[in-house]
Order: sequence, then C-alpha cells, then structure tokens
Amino acid sequence: MSFFHVRHENIYLVGVTKVNANAGLVFEFLYKVVNLGRSYFGRFDEEAVKNNFTLIYELLDEICDFGFPQNTESETLKLFITTEGVKSEKNSKDEGSKIAIQATGAVAWRRPDIKYRKNEAFIDVIESVNLLMSAKGTVLRADVSGSILMRAYLSGMPECKFGLNDRVLLEKEGKIGSSPAGRKAPGAVELDDCQFHQCVKLASFDSNRTINFIPPDGEFELMKYRTTENINLPFRVHAVANEVSKTTVEFKVAVRSQFASKVYAQNVVIKIPVPTNTSGAKIVVTAGRAKYVGSENCLVWKIARFQGQAEYLFSAEAELTSTTVKKAWSRPPISMDFQVLMFTASGLMVRFLKIFEKSNYPSVKWVRYMTKAGTYQIRF
Amino acid sequence: MSDAKYFQRGKIQELRTELNSDKKDPKHSKKKTVMKKIVANMTMGNDMSPLFSDVIACMNIPQLEIKKMVYLYLINYARSKPDMALLAVNSFVRVSTLITAVVNNGGRMEQCERSEHFHFWRAIASGFFISWVAASTPIDSERSEHIIQIVASGSESVSSKVETAPQAGEPQVTHILIKTLKKQDVSDPNPLIRALAIRTMSYIQVDKITDCLCEPLRHCLRDRDPYVRKTAAICVAKLYMHDRALVENEGFLEGLRGLLDDENSTVVANAVVALSEIADRSDRFDLNFDFSVANKLLTALNECSEWGQTYILESLLHVVPQEHNDAELLADRVAPRLQHANSAVVLTAARVILYLVNYIQRDDVVNSLYKKLGPPLVTLLHNGPEVQYVALRNILLILQRQPDFLKNEMKVFFCKYNDPIYVKLAKLEIMFRLAREENVGEVLGELKEYATEVDVDFVRKSVRSIGRCAIKIDKAADRCVNALVELIQTKVSYVVQEAVVVIKDIFRKYPNRYETLLTTLCSNLSDLDEPEAKSSFIFIIGQYADRITNADELLSSFLDTFKDETAEVQLSLLTAVVKLFIKRPSVGQELVPRVLKAATEEVDNPDLRDRGFVYWRLLSSDPVAAKAIILGDLPPISTETDNMEGTLLDELLLHISTLASIYHKPPNTFIGGVKNRRLIPSKAFVHRTYNIPTAEVPEGAEEREQEPR
Repeated sequence: MSFFHVRHENIYLVGVTKVNANAGLVFEFLYKVVNLGRSYFGRFDEEAVKNNFTLIYELLDEICDFGFPQNTESETLKLFITTEGVKSEKNSKDEGSKIAIQATGAVAWRRPDIKYRKNEAFIDVIESVNLLMSAKGTVLRADVSGSILMRAYLSGMPECKFGLNDRVLLEKEGKIGSSPAGRKAPGAVELDDCQFHQCVKLASFDSNRTINFIPPDGEFELMKYRTTENINLPFRVHAVANEVSKTTVEFKVAVRSQFASKVYAQNVVIKIPVPTNTSGAKIVVTAGRAKYVGSENCLVWKIARFQGQAEYLFSAEAELTSTTVKKAWSRPPISMDFQVLMFTASGLMVRFLKIFEKSNYPSVKWVRYMTKAGTYQIRF
Repeated sequence: MSDAKYFQRGKIQELRTELNSDKKDPKHSKKKTVMKKIVANMTMGNDMSPLFSDVIACMNIPQLEIKKMVYLYLINYARSKPDMALLAVNSFVRVSTLITAVVNNGGRMEQCERSEHFHFWRAIASGFFISWVAASTPIDSERSEHIIQIVASGSESVSSKVETAPQAGEPQVTHILIKTLKKQDVSDPNPLIRALAIRTMSYIQVDKITDCLCEPLRHCLRDRDPYVRKTAAICVAKLYMHDRALVENEGFLEGLRGLLDDENSTVVANAVVALSEIADRSDRFDLNFDFSVANKLLTALNECSEWGQTYILESLLHVVPQEHNDAELLADRVAPRLQHANSAVVLTAARVILYLVNYIQRDDVVNSLYKKLGPPLVTLLHNGPEVQYVALRNILLILQRQPDFLKNEMKVFFCKYNDPIYVKLAKLEIMFRLAREENVGEVLGELKEYATEVDVDFVRKSVRSIGRCAIKIDKAADRCVNALVELIQTKVSYVVQEAVVVIKDIFRKYPNRYETLLTTLCSNLSDLDEPEAKSSFIFIIGQYADRITNADELLSSFLDTFKDETAEVQLSLLTAVVKLFIKRPSVGQELVPRVLKAATEEVDNPDLRDRGFVYWRLLSSDPVAAKAIILGDLPPISTETDNMEGTLLDELLLHISTLASIYHKPPNTFIGGVKNRRLIPSKAFVHRTYNIPTAEVPEGAEEREQEPR
C-alpha cells in the first residue's frame, strides 16, 4: 500500500494505491482536486469540506472512476454538479446529452454557447524572479519562472493566436538574424522551456512555434515558461554582518533598485535573519520601517513604495543574550519579497494576440506585466 | 452554508430519539438535520451502525437531500458491517420495496422530484440494493439467499409490474436488477444517467450480479453516446478484477479493442487504459499494438483530456517497433507532449521516449531526443514539492543512463533554503552526479554552505558529498579535502564524524597524499559516538599505525569498551590491532592478546569469533603469510559503484514517473501480482553498451581483506 499526500490550508489530500501507480499523475490529480475545491468553494479548507461533504462525495464520483481520473474541468463539472443541489426538471434530458458531449469532447474546457456583449481578453504576464547571491556578491543562480494568465471573456468558439518576443520564433519569422547562443539579440528573449495549458495545440508549437488555442471561458493559465539568460535583477542587495562581541551583531544592508526610474516596486519586504538568542535591536533606515520580529528570528524591513534607480540603507545593532553553549550561528540568507509593475525581469513582451471567430466580432485586449520575488535570497 | 456545525460527536441514543420523534415535521427539516449529524459523524469515523434500522426507516421520506444521506450511510455500513444484514432484514424489505417501486414506475412517482439528481440517486439506490445483499454473502450464503428471497418477495408484493421468475429457485433479485438496468438503458434518454447506472452497478462485485451485468454492459459499450461508452470501458476493467474468466469468455476484451477505433478520443483513452490495466494483471493476455494502432492512438492523443493523454502515452509502451524508422516517427510525435502543463503528461512522455530510444539506430537522433528531455524535466522543479521530488528521482535515473543529458543545468539543482528536506536530499544526489572538473568549484561552494545549515541529515549528506566529490574528481581532491578540514575545525560533532567517514575513503583512494591530515584528525576526534565514524577512525589508525605514534593508546581506549561496541566497530578494531602488531610488534604485543581473547571468548558474534581465530592461527603459524594477507593491497575505491546495474536500470526506465522510479526498485519488490516489464527484442532493437562500472567495491571494504585463500 502506498500513500501520496499533499497539504492544502489545513487539510491533507491523500491518494492510496496498491499498484505501481503513476506518481506524477496521482500528485497532479491531488493538486487538481485542490483547484476544483477552490473553484467551487472559494477557499478549500476544513470548513469548506465539512460544509459541502455531500457535494464532495458527488464530485469525487465524477472525476475519478476506478482510480482513473476523468474529466476534471470545473467548467464542465459545474454544469451538472452544483452547490445549489437539485436542478429543475425540464432541462435534464437534452442538457444531459449536451453535457455528455462536452465532457468527452476535444474542447472539454469550453461550452459552445458562450455570449458576451463586449468581447475582452486580459493578459497578465507574471514573473517570479529567483535569485541566490553569494556573500561575495556573485550571482550563484538567477532564473525567472513566468506565468501567463489570461482572462477571456469572448463569445462563441474563438481561435486565438498569441505571439511573444521569443527569440526562436523571431528568427523563424526572419525578424532578426540568428545570433550565436549566449549573445543577446536585441528585443528577443531566449526561453529555456515552456509549458502550455491543455487548450494549446502542442503539435503546431512544436513545428513552427506558434501558440494557437481555443481558450476556456474566464481565467486560466495559458502558459508557463522559464528562462536563465540575461535576467534583469530588479534589486541588488549588499549586506554585511559583524559579530562585534558575544552580545552584539552589527548589520549594514544596502538595497538598490535597478529598474527604470519611471517604474516602482511595491510591498518590498526584506528579512534579515538574526541569531536565535537575540533580545532586541536598534535599527536605523533611510526609507520605510523596520523592526525586530522575534517569532521569525528576523529584522523585518518594509518599504511600501520603492522607486526605480534608488538606493536605501539599513543599519542595525542586534543585542544577544549570553548563552552558555556557544554554537556557531548558521546565518540563513537574507530573503526579499516585492512586486514590480510593468516590468519583466526576463524582458519578455507580448507582441500580439489575434482572435478569430466566425461572427468576426471586434475584441479588446489588455496586457499587464508584473515581476515578483520567487525565492530571492542573498547570503551574507 | 453552515453544515460544519454537525461535526460534533453525537450520542447514539439521542440521535435515535431525534430520528424517531413524533413531532410535526411537515417539511422534514428536523429529520434532515439529524441525518446530517449522522453522516457527519460517520465521516469522522464514529460508529453510527447501531442506528441502522432507524436510518432505513427514513428511506421513505420523499426528500432528495435526505435520501442522498441515507444512501451514503447505507453504502458505508453495508460494506463495513455485513453482519448487520440480517438484523435489518425487515427494514431492508422496505428499502427494496421503495427501490422497486421507483424503478417500476419509471420515475413517475409523484412524490419524488423528477430531476437529474433523482436519477442519479436512483442509480445509486439500485446499486446499493445489490451491494447490500452482496455484503452479506461472505458470512453465510444460506442466510443471504434468505435475504434475497425476502427482498424479492417484498418487492414483488408491492409492485405489480415485477415479472415473476421464469425458473424456480433462481433468486429473483437478479431479475429485478436486470429489469432496473434495462429499464434505465432503454427508457432513460439522459446519457449521464445511463452511464451512472452502469458505473454504480459495476462497483458491486458479486457473482450473481456480475452475471447480469454482462448484457447491459455489452449494450453500453455500443451506446450512441461517447460518455456512456467511455464509462463502460472502465467497467470492463472493474469486472475483470472480479471475474477474469467472465470477461474473457464474454468477449469484452474484443469489445474494448473495438473501442480503440472509436471516433471519440476520450473513449479511446479509457479503452486503452482499461486494456492496459487488464494486461498488467493477466497471465494469458498481453497487449501488443502494431504500428498502425499506434498511429491511431497518436491521433487521439491530440484531442483528449490531459488524463487521457497520459493513458495513451502509457499504452505506447505496448508498441514494439519493428523498424528504426517507426520508432523515430513515434518519438517525433510524442515529443511535443513534453511541453504540456500537466506534469503527468510530461513525465509519461519522457518514459515513452526513453523506451523508444532502445529501438532507434542513429546516435544523433537519440542524442537530440535526450536533449529534448532536459528542459521540461527541469521545469517540473517549478511545481509543488511533491512533483519536484518525483522529477528529481526520475532525473537521477536518467542521469545514470545518459550522464551528460543535463550537462549545463547544475545551478537549477542548488538547494533553496526553504526546500523541504526530501527535495534537498534528492538535489544533493543529483549535484554530486553532475559534478565535473569544470563545475566542481561551484558545487563545493554550495556544499560548504549547506554543511552549516541546521538540518542534521542534510548537513551530513552535504559533508559526505564533499568527500565523494574528492573521490570522483581527482583534480578537485585538494579543494575538497581543504573544505573538509575547515569543517572538522568547526568541531560540530556530527559534522566531524561524517567527515571522518569520507576521509577514510579519500585515504584509500589517494594513498600517500593526505597523510598530513592525520594530526588534525587525531586532535579533533575526542568524542565519536557513531559506529560508522568510530569504525572509520579505527580503520585509519590501523592503516597508518606506523605513522601515528600514539596508535596503541588510541586503540587501547577503544578496546576498553570493546564489549559495548557494535559488531561493525568490533570487527574494525580487531583488524586494526592486528595491523598495529604486524607493523610495530613491540607496541602492539600487549594489545593483540587482549583483542583476540575478547573476540574469540567474550563475544557471541560468529563472524567476529571466526575472524579472531583466523588471525590467531595466522599469526602463530606463519607470520610472513599473515603480513602478506593482512597488510595486502586494498582493492581500489571509486564512486562508480553508486551506479545501478544495467538490467535493473533498463527495467526502471520503463517505469518512469511511477512509484518504482521513486523507490528505485522494480515493482515486484514492493507489490505483488504484477508482471515484470522487460524490453522486448525486435529486429529494430539496438544493443547499446553503456559505461557499466567495472570495479565493484562496496564501501567499507575492509571486511574483504581476509579473503585471499
């Protein structure tokens, strides 16, 4: 017997098997159940489970048959498994056939009869930038994992064509000359890898790198990508800690924003770890607010708005209580959290989104960019 | 909604009183509340079975929500408490009465809502009805016959439409069932209901019932609606678990094979997964798809759900390519799946590609396929930690077959401070494997950093990895050893102990290079408390007995606690003392008798005793031979022994993404009743020779020194 579990909020979801099951599939399925739960109940926690236990029994029966995951698209499931319970009688028969076709069709993620008065599509490019910097200031590792979210409010069965400033594609289109690997082609981004929502036609991406799809209705993650080339790090951090005596540690931290001055970052939080026997700290900062948070063993420095091309300083003196056992302080890395709007660390841009539909309606498209911290860590 | 308040332990007696209360309850809202309490308690694992007959009595309440809960209750306890069957016979008659009434009225019962949910629960009801009877069979077949009779007669007496049994003696329940199903099949226009009926029925695995399932199932396999067909396909697999012969004799396997040509891709996917499941368990039936079927499956691949894609990809392992070209073509069409957002699809596609590689002749094609695998597998490291772990364990497998397939990806495997420990340990192993002369500097920098973290397991493995790097990469040995020395000087006990263990191997790998370390070592090893560290240190003393001036003192102090040590430490102590004696007889002559006496007379361990006797006799009969044997050259040490054996690796690569690929063990070592998967030779099969390790030296090879005779 093997047990697979994932944790979400305060509940564990456990898959059990007696066979040599596909572990990737089991975990993906468990994640999917979490997402379904969120989509049905808003929040999927113990309360939600308790409040909807009959519905959950019903859902499980539909999404997993004899241990084989079946249709897990909330769009389809919500047609016949609802929180309201009983549906009225008249639409049962025809509706049933429709649902059945939808649940087994090639476009299981979309109903055919969607109508909007105004056709709009919103695209959010959200990048998480991961950094690991050594105490000497060299970048040990920097990468960006991006996610392109789409909210599609489009009528009918729209065929979408989506274009990025992907270097391979631009070269294919002859827009730029092919450059030797490693050298930066201006305005183009080298993607290490990308993964797509199931609506994207993978075969056509494989053959000519175009991204074609019929989107689900509403919000979904169109693609994920990853890049390690030419990353624009939004912040540089320089930190020094001196263990001046057995009872004092001095900190000096400088943070510099490297994006354009027109752009700004918000909710910047810098956590500077201190030894566990810290009793308090005297802190001076040139911007924002900082305090010692004992429960996290950190000095937390918050800056609500951080303009581009700016530098702020932090200095602190942490007082330690004397301990009998002298154990070396392991110095966990400084970690940083932030959001920078209208900036991508990878330089990725959306070049176009074309929408084709039978009725040829006009549509409005919006694009936003945001870069946030993934694990942004600086050793010192 | 605030149903959560029902999750409190309820007292049976109180619930019973509430359930049977005579108070006016026109909308049944009170009953509903009690039922919710009962089901909630049941979900929490509190035993609600004493309420069986009381709950059954609620069966007749014409309220859908209550009915649902009663069924949930029944399904739960009918399975776990089959012995209660007889107790509830009377109530059960009522249940069956209701069911039959409902069935025979074709849903026209005026007090029941006619709705999808009603149909749904009708299907469940008929399912339950049987399962309940079924549940009682193992106890006492006569008794259950009896129940069935009662049920049957009970339902008959109520419903005028029930046909009488054509043959005497045959339990009438089967007829009711057939009628139920047929009725639903024929009369219910809603495919969801048709599918639900067959799905529920097939969960009930009792001989009498499964016999009757055949006809409707056959019908459903040819249903006009794909939703019903895809459900029926899985039903065949369920039925197979219960009655293999039945499925084989009734031609269901052919039926499933027929569905492979279905116009609907979801149906194809379910048919293929049902067939694979059956083939995995059957001794008589093997799946073997030819190239044309494979082509059809690949066409369906583009149109089915992410799960369906996984099933189809898995089934491609049943295709044995006959031409190199076919294999290349298949691999080409599978490769785009590596870009899928679902990690199950990605990993399973990787499995198919790794399988097909065995049938592809051209090395450039094979290499480009390996190259394609790299980035998507690395991308999986941006998923949740559980999927990351699956990916890491699989990467570790693939690395052993193709050590350079992630050549330039070292950095992605650096540990993040907040990675879960299992992810960190798996990453460390991969970092070690990817370490080469060019990048060992980076790796060492990381490992040194990890060695100062707080998690003991992680720190230990980091220290050990530094040592293993020294052994793996000659040119980096100096740097690694320096790093270890720095760590030893921290005097953190477990760091020092772990360092000693690896330094022993470094000494063996590079004799006469790092002996200057001996002084640092000896001065930092005040408190060893782990057997492995102790025995490593003792080995080092014995090996360098001529250079460590106070070797006799050190060994003597260990000898004082000889009896309390583990066998591992005792064995190395015995050998070390004898080595000391041979190298420096005058220093060792006092210790040798002590250790030999202890080993041969005071310890029960036969290994230790025998080794003691062997030394004793050697030393007393032929000192020259003793010297040649005991101080003989040690076999060379290398890290290549960490690679697994070729055929095992071959097998595990066929199980990418499964549990076997996580445990790194063939499936039959941890589960029973599965067929082994092997590469099937064909004329396209390519025998490649991989760099299989030659030196097979287990760690701690000192036990082998006594084997020359």
